Amino acid sequence: MSQIQYKAITFTLNGKEVAASIDVRESLADMLRNDFGMTSVKKGCEVGECGACTVLINGVPYDSCIFLAIWIDGKEVTTLEGLMDEEGNISDIQQAFIDEAAVQCGFCTPGFIMSAEHLLREGKRYTRDEIRKELSGNMCRCTGYQNIVNAVEKTMEKRLEEKEA
Amino acid sequence: MEVGRSAKRVDAFDKVTGRAKYTDDLSPKNAYVSRILHSTIAHGRVLHIDTTEALKIKGVVKILTCFDVPDILFSTAGHPWATDPAKQDIADRKILNEHVRYYGDDIAVVIAEDYVAADRAIRALKVEYEEYPFVLDPIEAMQDGAPVIHAERPDNVLGHSNITIGNYEEAIKEEGLIKVEGWYHTPTVQHAHLENHVCYAYEEQGGRITVVSSTQIPHLIRRIVAQSLGLPWGKVRIIKPYIGGGFGNKQDALYEPLCAWMTTQIGGHPVKFDTSREETFVSNRVRHAMHAHLISWLRPDGELVARKMKLYSDNGAYASHGHGVSQKAMGAVPQLYPCANIVTDCWTAYTNKPVAGAMRAYGIPQAMFQLESHVDDIVKALDLDPHEFRQRHCMPVGYYDDFSKNELYDDSLRQTMDKARELMDYDRKHELYKNQTGPVRKGIGLALFWYNTAVWPISIETSTCRLMMNPDGSIQAMIGETEIGQGFDTVFAQMVADAVGVKTEDVHVFTNQDTDVSPYGSGAYGSRQTYVSSFSIAQTGKLLREKLLKHAHDMTRMPVEVLDVVDGNIVRKTDGRVLMSLEYMLTETLYDMKRSENVAAESTYSVQSNAYSFGVSIAEVEVDIPMCQVKLLDIVNVHDCGQLINPALAEAQVHGGMSMGIGYGLYETLLIDEKTGRVLNDNLLDYKLPTTMDHPDLKAGFVENWEPTNPFGTKALGEPPACSPAPAIRNAVLQATGVSVNTIPMSPHQLFKDFTKAGLLESEEERKLRRKAYEELKDTVIHVTDEPETTAVETKSPDLQSRGNE
Amino acid sequence: MYDINHIYEATSVEHAVQLRVEQPQAKIISGGSDILISIRAGEMAGCDLISIFGLDELRGVTLDEDGTLRIGALTSFTHLANDPLIKELIPVLGEAADAVGGPQVRNIGTIGGNTCNGVTSADTASTLLAHDALMELTGKDGVRLVPLTEFYLGAKKVDLRPDEIATAILIRPESYQGYFGHYTKYAMRNAMDIATSACSVNVKLSEDKKTILDARIGYGVAGPVPMRTPSAEQAVKDKPVSADTVEAFAAGALEDVNPRTSWRATKEFRLQIQGELARRGLTEAIRRAGGKVS
Repeated sequence: MSQIQYKAITFTLNGKEVAASIDVRESLADMLRNDFGMTSVKKGCEVGECGACTVLINGVPYDSCIFLAIWIDGKEVTTLEGLMDEEGNISDIQQAFIDEAAVQCGFCTPGFIMSAEHLLREGKRYTRDEIRKELSGNMCRCTGYQNIVNAVEKTMEKRLEEKEA
Repeated sequence: MEVGRSAKRVDAFDKVTGRAKYTDDLSPKNAYVSRILHSTIAHGRVLHIDTTEALKIKGVVKILTCFDVPDILFSTAGHPWATDPAKQDIADRKILNEHVRYYGDDIAVVIAEDYVAADRAIRALKVEYEEYPFVLDPIEAMQDGAPVIHAERPDNVLGHSNITIGNYEEAIKEEGLIKVEGWYHTPTVQHAHLENHVCYAYEEQGGRITVVSSTQIPHLIRRIVAQSLGLPWGKVRIIKPYIGGGFGNKQDALYEPLCAWMTTQIGGHPVKFDTSREETFVSNRVRHAMHAHLISWLRPDGELVARKMKLYSDNGAYASHGHGVSQKAMGAVPQLYPCANIVTDCWTAYTNKPVAGAMRAYGIPQAMFQLESHVDDIVKALDLDPHEFRQRHCMPVGYYDDFSKNELYDDSLRQTMDKARELMDYDRKHELYKNQTGPVRKGIGLALFWYNTAVWPISIETSTCRLMMNPDGSIQAMIGETEIGQGFDTVFAQMVADAVGVKTEDVHVFTNQDTDVSPYGSGAYGSRQTYVSSFSIAQTGKLLREKLLKHAHDMTRMPVEVLDVVDGNIVRKTDGRVLMSLEYMLTETLYDMKRSENVAAESTYSVQSNAYSFGVSIAEVEVDIPMCQVKLLDIVNVHDCGQLINPALAEAQVHGGMSMGIGYGLYETLLIDEKTGRVLNDNLLDYKLPTTMDHPDLKAGFVENWEPTNPFGTKALGEPPACSPAPAIRNAVLQATGVSVNTIPMSPHQLFKDFTKAGLLESEEERKLRRKAYEELKDTVIHVTDEPETTAVETKSPDLQSRGNE
Repeated sequence: MYDINHIYEATSVEHAVQLRVEQPQAKIISGGSDILISIRAGEMAGCDLISIFGLDELRGVTLDEDGTLRIGALTSFTHLANDPLIKELIPVLGEAADAVGGPQVRNIGTIGGNTCNGVTSADTASTLLAHDALMELTGKDGVRLVPLTEFYLGAKKVDLRPDEIATAILIRPESYQGYFGHYTKYAMRNAMDIATSACSVNVKLSEDKKTILDARIGYGVAGPVPMRTPSAEQAVKDKPVSADTVEAFAAGALEDVNPRTSWRATKEFRLQIQGELARRGLTEAIRRAGGKVS
């Protein structure tokens, strides 16, 4: 059997530059979970269908389970852990998920928050239907999506208000 | 008052930050991984498994087969143990099976260092089978000559039950009765929780096995693992971390027995089994598909005179929860619309298909689809009003069931119907949507549901609560009831807070049920936990308060009668003065040089009551007939689940159940290949779990009638929301199109069949007209072919006309 | 962890072609959303891959001097859905791209990789076909242009030679100027789905909007590969904008489509939908072109 192929990569993880020697067979999800302890990245299907593994790469949401780890070289990755600041303060969207009862089993929550964060950073006003579309790559079985859409909409309105102020 | 407040979930912070640990997040770095070899035939026997090539693969640690497992039959069902053998679940499988009974059965397992090695080894295993004929339909399975799936039950019937009231045969002789009859079919669906079942096992303390598992029922798993391995129960320890949903799938011993056994075969080294999504669909549990034949005899004014039902339930290849599910389904029938003459029978049959087990609402979504669709069929046949019929004939206030001792104390059904009608503007829309024409039509539909709370008297109901005071006045709370995502830990904290006299934030819930530490609990099922635990919480809280007030008396010299515990302080009731904080009192008490005490209380409450929990769904749809598509425009559920312990969490639960009901009614079905018994759509693409874009906004409403049997006035809410959305949607489609769709899901494929039968799709006439227009236009045009150009008009040969109809 | 033997990362188009020649056993991976799933399913265990994911020069939409729309093969579906040139010149293609899966899938999926899979259900394929698109393929002997109509050789088989990679998809100005189109993806749910039936219709109307000068229709999942239906197109060429013409169009489409019965859908059902899609697709395309079906 042939040798395992490794590649040395450097990338930014939640704002910090990191280096790693990666087994090229690893998915980004595997690498983040196993090598960097980012257990917020969840595996629900491993075929890019459920969105539980969603992370932001250069600010854009991807299913990390079908993203090769070596492709992250030179890029920025943000996981849910990266939305909390150094003092332990959480972001507005995380607080909104708590306040709007948008969390039940919590397994889909990291993926949803990352998809939502992307939408929110666009700085646009989305209709509820458009919000649903932006979140349509994330599946949930507990919430019927209702409070999740509420949490995202409320946070969007607050950020837009602050911007306009 | 903490109860009744929308307190924030106690686990929300950890879940929104990624700090909450689920089973795979806790798996030791050095754990081996494992993969199961599943059977590729629907029925037969494994004669031989050749492991030679597989063992050569680098990274493979051990390969175990069905020939290596302990020769012990056990039941996987997540029910408390019954000491009466007659009441015990059917023990019909081993850890790995030689006699395979469905495509996807478990026959061997590879333990390896990584998944690449494990998967290569699985592919390198060579299996020799002896194939038997198989059967995929429960009614066929019950016929003479059907393949026998379990030798102990040669007719493939796990159970048969009957309810007879009055005299059906006599009653139908009455003159002038109208007969309404129909068959109603509900599909096999799967729970599709986001976190697949995963567990890992290791040995410690010389021979004790620990299994950390994504389960709803840690204590029951402990017993089943021990039984499957022939061990004393105390040799097994089960730990439940945060889990990513269960909905009844994890109310079964899925792979904990296998995982526990594996670790014993590799010297106690940690080993993990992580179910893939595909395996979750095929080799876990599914909901019982049911087929019901309903006959109702009514007087022209709608009075129900007699009713007959035959219900057939598809149990799949192994017993799991077995006949109990269809018994529950059938039990609702005589109650929801009481009638003097009823005869109902239900059968549960084995088939060579994925195993049916517990799934949210346990037979009632099936029964409600059957009953409530049938009601609208009655209403159609007799030209009555669907709402008025239900108002007149559904369970009256004061109804009493002798077996369960349930009584309908309040007029839940009519009250929830009234509220739902208001929220959905039902009366106006129902009128407006009558007699529509055109290809796109709207409709509004209504459906009730029957449900109850917990499982007494069918099975034991018990809860044990342990409360320990910390020196700072906060409470460590432990209970056997489990947080599986529904919010139990939060309402537990709220109820404890009120039972003792502290704030919710000062109650620390021990969330990772650990059978070494946590008191016994049956686990999360039957919508039991809030109701049942409230008894032990109230009782234990009372015991704890007594101890606290006694210490307060000792320290303040005030009589116990004038003292109270309020918001974490000892308060004098007469003038409201805070005498001291619990923190002060407990620190002094714990560190008392002569009489130190760790103030705590624990008690068990044996629950012997049940409670009806009813409600309604109303759905509004738009049907595009030529496209065979239903768009759900609006939907509401209204529930009477007693006092809401936490209104925000209650509402969220209802949304989730509605979502499941929407999937059941419109999207979901597990498809099996008739030729091989293989599941065709074992993934989240082909199994149409609805996305954000397949839901309208979901509305939830409540009618809060204080439940008299319960210390907090509460009752079942976990499962009820899944019971009635599907028939409400079906009845809305009926109003819109005039078509009774009696098979769900109402996917475009199903609607195409029903609309074609009803003559709603392009008729032969229309097709002929369209073809005529095409012919006329076509004949005046140069037809593009590879041949050299010819001049304009050509008459076409008849052959070309049939080209589209291969 | 994917069962991959070796990954070769291309640093340029030339390098990619060179790798194709040196490693004939290796498969190309662009966005990976198809290949990685096949590897996971055990279909390609131990394979070698040539990754072209890093070739940013193949991402983007530009206009050649002659007005040819040039879509880089690694352009993601999200990019296509939001691209200003696409929105201006051929908005129906952006709408088709926006119908793919969900946001994450649209971010990773590439139009080149998706088209080279050769599947009949690809959302953009029917629109590309209905605009007479060309595949630009680069190999050791240089650049080759293949009309999309000839690129599909059979289900999941395309005319991509062992030394080639797809570098762009081209649409000539005469293929998109003056045309107005509409794409319908008919699927079992509104996101994260593959078309059960898909139909892209575009029309060019006369100045007074009363005559159809040209109509083109591409179907997905109406046969083993994405297809045009010439019978429909010929039936309405130079015909008046009217309900009868629309009916003739639908009838013509049904002459040419060849759906099969599979466990996913029956042939009769597909025909019902495909006829309706043609009818509604043409009506909407006419409306977008400024006409009105009486």
